[in-house]
Amino acid sequence: MATIRERPLSPHLQVYRLIFTMVLSGLHRITGLVLGLGSLLLAYWLIALASGPDAFATAQWLFGSWLGRLVILGFTFSLFYHLCNGVRHLWWDTGRGLEIDEARRSGVAVVVVSVGLTLAAWIVGYMMRGGA
Amino acid sequence: MSLRSPLARARGHGAAKDGVGHWWHQRVTSVALVPLALWLAFSIAGLAGASFEATRAWLASPVSAVLAILTLAVVFYHLKLGLDVVIEDYVYGKGANTASLMIAGFVCTLLGAATIFAVLKVSLGG
Repeated sequence: MATIRERPLSPHLQVYRLIFTMVLSGLHRITGLVLGLGSLLLAYWLIALASGPDAFATAQWLFGSWLGRLVILGFTFSLFYHLCNGVRHLWWDTGRGLEIDEARRSGVAVVVVSVGLTLAAWIVGYMMRGGA
Repeated sequence: MSLRSPLARARGHGAAKDGVGHWWHQRVTSVALVPLALWLAFSIAGLAGASFEATRAWLASPVSAVLAILTLAVVFYHLKLGLDVVIEDYVYGKGANTASLMIAGFVCTLLGAATIFAVLKVSLGG
């Protein structure tokens, strides 16, 4: 009589110790999905603008609230992170920068530049609003 | 010995019949989105707190309208390509997988059409 034996499963994510480049890799897909959801907000904003002053005022009030700003902050960081890490991927596609130390250094650069671009965009935004 | 015909090998298509097409479109849209996404993000940041009229005037200008339409078309195509890869990884079962890929395609196309129409409505008046 055949007995069902437990077959070994391939090791999954949780058996690995998280390392820097691995977290960045996961973050690329997560930020991509966040941007997909964020594109709904962009669509809402554009449609509100096309609909008229009342719809646009509602959208501006929503995005200007503290929760709206928090969501847009996450959206902005996701955009710049996905963009910078996307450039890193394109660089890798040419066969360059694939050594461990190079990948770690380009990873640090991606984090620094994406945080910098996020800050730059928000400084522009707050300057336009006159600090409010 | 390969069982593939010389013609099939010369065409370079894999079993899925579209070879590296999906991968390549993802790269091309990525390159296009580097300037386009930066432009849109900083333009919208520059519109923070702007009035309804000022925001419409910005989007109505030919340069903004054309760049916005390009950005939206490429964004939603790039989103569809990215979602394809995620769905292929995580949605199990032929039926559920195919249905998810189709729904993602429909939603991305709808969002692309709706947002591009919004830009046209603002820029062409009405």
